Amino acid sequence: MFFEFAVNFSLAITGFSMFLVLIRLVMGPHTADRVVAVDLTTSIAIAFIALYAIKSNETYVLDAGLILGFVSFLGTVGYAYYLQLRSKRDE
Amino acid sequence: MSEIILGSFLILGSLVILLAGLGVVKMPDIYLRMSATTKAATLGISVILISTGLHFGTTEIISRTILIVLFLMITAPVASHLLGRAAYLNKLPLWEKTVIDDLGDSLKNKQTAEQEQETN
Repeated sequence: MFFEFAVNFSLAITGFSMFLVLIRLVMGPHTADRVVAVDLTTSIAIAFIALYAIKSNETYVLDAGLILGFVSFLGTVGYAYYLQLRSKRDE
Repeated sequence: MSEIILGSFLILGSLVILLAGLGVVKMPDIYLRMSATTKAATLGISVILISTGLHFGTTEIISRTILIVLFLMITAPVASHLLGRAAYLNKLPLWEKTVIDDLGDSLKNKQTAEQEQETN
């Protein structure tokens, strides 16, 4: 009973924090702010996937979380490399 | 009993993630935003994933969740370090109340050393 409430509550809270991150993604004055927001979005999505796995009682979706973490890391490193190259070009 | 403990861990983790979301909206510059998001998101996701693994309770799922947590804890500092360095090199403004600027100091020292070498 309490556990079901906890799962639903956590799903609602994670969804709301994803909305907050979306605000920063739209607002962000520089590309780097947007990269931070995208990185946090994927991290929250992993937590969302774990909560969905509990709610639907299907464990295979956790593999998607593992892959999502990997893709998020590679994406952030790629964007950081691109920003660093751009700063060198501007000098 | 164990359901109550796991449920409260889930709520705790989601509240920490909410803290990360608030931090990314309210913090004044990108470096503070990154410090809020990286720490809070890693802690919240670790708590949620570990309680997910304990809820299912099989070796397969627990090892998978521990793998995700370890991967996050290894990669999150590397990614945020690279991104912070790139942001600094792009001359993004620091918050006006910032006290310590180690990377700026070391870059300045490097520049003055190079100039001295050129004059010699």
